[in-house]
Amino acid sequence: MKILVPVKRVVDYNVKIRVKPDGSGVDTANVKMSMNPFDEIAVEEAIRLKEAGVASEVVAVSCGVAQCQETLRAAMAMGADRGILVQTDVELQPLAVAKLLKAVVEKEQPGLVIAGKQAIDDDANQTGQMLAALLGWPQATFASKVVVTDGKLTVTREVDGGLETLELPLPAVITTDLRLNEPRFATLPNIMKAKKKPIDTLTPEALGVDVTPRLATLKVEEPPKRKAGVMVGSVDELIEKLRNEAKVI
Amino acid sequence: MDEKLISRRDLAFQLYEVLKVESLTQRPRYQEHDRGTFEAILDTAQQIAETHFAPFNRKADENEPVFEDGQARTIPETKAAVQAHAAAGFLVAHHDAALGGMQLPAVVVNAAMALFKAANVSFAAYPLLTLAAGNLIHRYGSEEQKKRFLPLLLDGRATGTMCLTEPHAGSSLGDLRTRAEPQPDGTYRLFGNKIFISGGDHDFGGNIIHLVLARISGAPPGVKGISLFIVPKFLVDEAGRMGARNDVVLAGLLHKMGYRGTTSTVLTFGDRDGAVGYLVGEPHQGLKYMFHMMNEARIGVGMGAIALGYTGYLHALDYARNRPQGRPLANKDPASPQVPIIEHPDVRRMLLAQKSYVEGCLALGLYAARLVDDIRTGNEAERARAQELLDLLTPVVKAGSSQFCLKANELAIQVFGGAGYTRDYPVEQFYRDNRLNPIHEGTDGIQSLDLLGRKLWQNGSAGLKALLREVETTLQEAAGENELAELVEALRGARDTLAALIMRLGSLMSGAQAEQVLANSFPFLEVFSRFVLAWQWLRQALVAVSGLRRADLSEDEANFYRGKLHAARYFLRWELPQIEPLCRLLERCDPTFLSMKDEWF
Repeated sequence: MKILVPVKRVVDYNVKIRVKPDGSGVDTANVKMSMNPFDEIAVEEAIRLKEAGVASEVVAVSCGVAQCQETLRAAMAMGADRGILVQTDVELQPLAVAKLLKAVVEKEQPGLVIAGKQAIDDDANQTGQMLAALLGWPQATFASKVVVTDGKLTVTREVDGGLETLELPLPAVITTDLRLNEPRFATLPNIMKAKKKPIDTLTPEALGVDVTPRLATLKVEEPPKRKAGVMVGSVDELIEKLRNEAKVI
Repeated sequence: MDEKLISRRDLAFQLYEVLKVESLTQRPRYQEHDRGTFEAILDTAQQIAETHFAPFNRKADENEPVFEDGQARTIPETKAAVQAHAAAGFLVAHHDAALGGMQLPAVVVNAAMALFKAANVSFAAYPLLTLAAGNLIHRYGSEEQKKRFLPLLLDGRATGTMCLTEPHAGSSLGDLRTRAEPQPDGTYRLFGNKIFISGGDHDFGGNIIHLVLARISGAPPGVKGISLFIVPKFLVDEAGRMGARNDVVLAGLLHKMGYRGTTSTVLTFGDRDGAVGYLVGEPHQGLKYMFHMMNEARIGVGMGAIALGYTGYLHALDYARNRPQGRPLANKDPASPQVPIIEHPDVRRMLLAQKSYVEGCLALGLYAARLVDDIRTGNEAERARAQELLDLLTPVVKAGSSQFCLKANELAIQVFGGAGYTRDYPVEQFYRDNRLNPIHEGTDGIQSLDLLGRKLWQNGSAGLKALLREVETTLQEAAGENELAELVEALRGARDTLAALIMRLGSLMSGAQAEQVLANSFPFLEVFSRFVLAWQWLRQALVAVSGLRRADLSEDEANFYRGKLHAARYFLRWELPQIEPLCRLLERCDPTFLSMKDEWF
């Protein structure tokens, strides 16, 4: 079975992001970029399935600018076998990415897609679900445990009330939650090997996908600064303030 | 996770903008690499440092190794960290592809190792010693020794040590007494005591490969009779399998001020019938072999001091930006909100001093590591120049960085105030850990004698001439920048003063006053270090000025370059001129130290 893992290039989780002065977006010039951490978990899970003999090949896919190659190299340094870059300079929104991935899935015919549940830049949490819907495949989101037996998938998901276990036929789409696994470090020999692994470059045009943004960004601004707290003298005063000032009880 | 280790932006500045490390990939040895692999390797280093090293830095400090059933017990996280480092391939990274290595440039290896040291210097000591032992056996071991021992050191099945010091012989190695008795089978049996042996015992499983200096029976006295031996903790058969325990006994552990996660051991060789040892290279050449590796080991010590200074600075900076205390002098309203302490000029003074020390020393340390790459892969002229320069700069990288970066840690505590003096914050530990660096691998005093007694003059002062040419090149490049005029003038003036001083000391050294000159070696090292760091700052300022001219500069990027430029101004205005009174004393060979009498104390 082939596993397809979409990986997104995002601002590194360590970087303190800054909003551009004109409010048009986040400043990414010369900022350190990395693989979306949820996608690292997806790559790790796919590699583990390969190591367990369930999967035969792990293919990483990234959609975006030419530098997404670095993200694909990072996935291959962890253990993905090859990469596919769908290259475009257009700002990609979840629906466009889902359509691109659908086109790649039709080309590659994987038995399973494992995606991060969301990306840490826009936190949209949409692409995996949209992809499953477009493909007409079953989906299991927020996976914290994945087991493949006899061509069936058993996925434990983290939901508000606790854990839910689903059984799905393959092919299917999984999105990963934080506790699914602990991604491995790319070892130095594997970083060197990743350089020699192939990356195919495609374009949205060649895949016949219109990626024109459907949403317009009106304004990006910093969240309001947290105000200093106040010391209250008694429980009564606290209740009074919660009721009359904050109006929460 | 935000561990405040070393600024990756600064590392990228040093590697790609100042040292142009990408150009190394033109050379056959490094052609498989590009900036992408360098960054991926630094990412892996940072991830492991943040996961396995930094979170246990305090725990290792609070739980120093204990002596139990004849063995050193460490906290279990030590083994996990050492193994994670080895499993990622860092022990073999710089070696030939034929050995399973990545042929990674020394400058990148040093940058990666610095991240581990900033995260937890006492854990990082084990791999550092293992790297050094591997390098030594690789360079001087016989084919058979390399086959038997090297793989263990490259994949983490063994750690390494350097056994030099004995209870009565530390800096004075010529007096060491450990004895090696030749055996009919060509091996030796060693008898003697060694002390301050870092990593001399641990409980990670696996083996320990001790590299031991000892005297073969009947060897000439002094440094000319010292040989180097491989002495494994567990005997190793020809296939590299671990066998019986060798006669190396852990006699005790030392209880240190800092670096507590690293065992510091007292070892007895030959408590029973002698520890089996294998002679490395020729008899009586041991010190030469050890010291050939010393340049790289001393860069390693300097980089450790820099890493500790750097992480301390980042912690102090973060604290100063977030700790509200007091109001600007002009604000007399007690009801107005307090300002973060970074608003106070004296706090900015302390942060600026730290920035100038740690970033200046980082520039120098990586410059020195870059010279190692030239020695390995340059053409003949580059190799010769790099070797001369590195020999000269090594005492500065080692002792200069140890002094300036320890001072940085002291200032970090000061920025934290009373909080910094408590163990609730990490800066006091950085200071205690860093206090070792002016001592081990040759004390500051030894380094200063090495510089003033030997390195300045060797090979017709070839190193000094090479340095002065480099400085002149920097001055000429900077002369075209109006913004740097003040700095160029300051460095040129210092250069002229220093050159005149060295001329004068040189003539006195060849005469009867050598002892008087050398009595002042330590202040000379300080003068020389300040000058070299000022030069490194002008190099950084040059890159910053051209960086500021880039068209698409974001505000953060512009601020980064402005910060570099301002730190350069600070160092050349406030730190460099401190050499002047010292130069006046040195020039007239001030006899105060030499003439002081024991009885007068």
